[in-house]
Amino acid sequence: MKRIIVCVKPVPDPKEWDKVSMDPETKTLKREGIPSVINPLDKHALEAALALRDLHGGEVVLLSMAPPFAQATLREGLAMGADRAVLVSDRVFAGSDSLGTAEILAAGCRWINDFDLVLCGNSSIDGSTAQVCSQLGEMLSLPNVMHVTGLELSDEGKLSITQKIESGFVQLSARSPIVLSVRKELNKPRYIAFTGILAAESKEIVTLSNDELCVSSECIGLGGSPTKMAGLELRTFERKKEKLEGTAEDIVTALVEKIYQCGVLEC
Amino acid sequence: MEMAGNKNRDVWVFAEQRHGEFHDVSCELIGKARELADSIGSKVVAVLFGHDLDGIANTLVKHGADVVFVADSPLLAEYRLLPYTHVFEQMVTEHNPDIILMGATAMGVELAPRLAARLRTGLSAHCIDLKLNDDGNLLQVVPGWGGGVVATIACPDHRPQMSTVMPGAMKALPEMDRDGAIEKITVELPDTDMGPEFVKVERIVATEQPLEKADIVIAGGWGVGSEEDWSLLEELARLLGGAVGSTRPPVDEGWATENQMIGQSGKTVRPTLYIGIGISGVMHHVVGMDQSKLIITINSDKNADIFEVSDVIVAEDFRKIVPKLIEEIKARKIQ
Repeated sequence: MKRIIVCVKPVPDPKEWDKVSMDPETKTLKREGIPSVINPLDKHALEAALALRDLHGGEVVLLSMAPPFAQATLREGLAMGADRAVLVSDRVFAGSDSLGTAEILAAGCRWINDFDLVLCGNSSIDGSTAQVCSQLGEMLSLPNVMHVTGLELSDEGKLSITQKIESGFVQLSARSPIVLSVRKELNKPRYIAFTGILAAESKEIVTLSNDELCVSSECIGLGGSPTKMAGLELRTFERKKEKLEGTAEDIVTALVEKIYQCGVLEC
Repeated sequence: MEMAGNKNRDVWVFAEQRHGEFHDVSCELIGKARELADSIGSKVVAVLFGHDLDGIANTLVKHGADVVFVADSPLLAEYRLLPYTHVFEQMVTEHNPDIILMGATAMGVELAPRLAARLRTGLSAHCIDLKLNDDGNLLQVVPGWGGGVVATIACPDHRPQMSTVMPGAMKALPEMDRDGAIEKITVELPDTDMGPEFVKVERIVATEQPLEKADIVIAGGWGVGSEEDWSLLEELARLLGGAVGSTRPPVDEGWATENQMIGQSGKTVRPTLYIGIGISGVMHHVVGMDQSKLIITINSDKNADIFEVSDVIVAEDFRKIVPKLIEEIKARKIQ
């Protein structure tokens, strides 16, 4: 392997999601003050890349499309063991849907150039469309495979891929270059060692704007995205919320009534 | 693809099958497509890919399709992303459908984005509801942020409008005695690289009743506390003839398996009776069960979020309630 690109996305720390609120005027989500972390599945993609590099050589390059603050998140990936990072960041990218995002990441991959593999997490925990892997493959005119739970490289350079489906597993045989997105069963991401944190300090993070990437403005941002947000609401629920109280016997008697009344059991 | 001049308002459904067996979502989507197409006086077209499909195409008609396009070829016998994308793109370019619905399955979530990118159109993911507005735009309701918010997505300037839909979110119509056209599509693939070769499939045969088909679901969360107590849920489910579902933590602990997980990254269930035990009620789980008819929840934390989504609330330790409930139901069954 010469080079493996790993796409990483900074996401708001899921442990602090209860702090997310919605601006009732603009109908946008307010996520200020919530720290960002690497999207959990992207860490599994990075682990897969590092394991391949450890066995077969080459370099691991992180690629992220995000605001400038994502440098801190990329530093975390460098501390895990990636060799360098490319942050593509430009105001004109804001509001891109998955199609626009795939265009931009594809431009980033072409800028990095001469890669054998592009790895990403199967989905992100915030947007969670799980659309970028296939769309990135299409934009790069490369094949892609999602739901990867097994990945091996033979001495002849063939990739043996295991893909999880509903009824089991599919085995595929592929050549590089290819775009893959991984599930968490693939591996266990390594812990970040203190020496890794120190080493990350001197690793390079290149920041590119669209002046360097030159993605057509027709394909990116809110204006270039075919999907439009038509509404956003906090989810509300209308349920009876009837509380059963009393002794355990009282509650059980009432529960049995409810269960038989709803008609799923024969009396 | 721009919508200019597109008068065709057909609603297409990708009828997913592997080895001659439809994924349940295929007929669920036809049910929804029927409703959408009837509201605008257009046709439901099912698109079927594979090999040796003669026996199964008519099932799609019986469930509501007007037309079935059958791409039957040894080249498509096993699902492969690039050949399927190629054939699908050619069909779309020829017929210009207004809407394409696919299941948010392992196959659908891989194929739909690739096809949307090739057609340069919009795609919304994991929809839980679909409606047409007066302008003929498909409003696609998707959960976000672990399900705590719902967003409505539209694709006003591009056609076709594409969605992947959560399995279980729509209802299939019962089989009807009706006629439809079954049209064969000629399949030709270009000489270009068609991506990874299929080697084999290892099938894992499920032994229990499939969760998404159960009319009674007993679901457990982190609060169940141990594998030993988890068996109480299994006993209750057996007694009621239901299935056991789970949130994420019991799967991580090994009490339950991945295919028992309910929620955004698992299954959507809509049983007549859902009993949730030791479940805190994070949105990730709630989006997979909130369409259940009667929701009963038991949790010793009297402030548990799950109670907001419940019809019947028991704020007690389930260990005091469930064993007695099992006894009581057994006693009733003997009577």
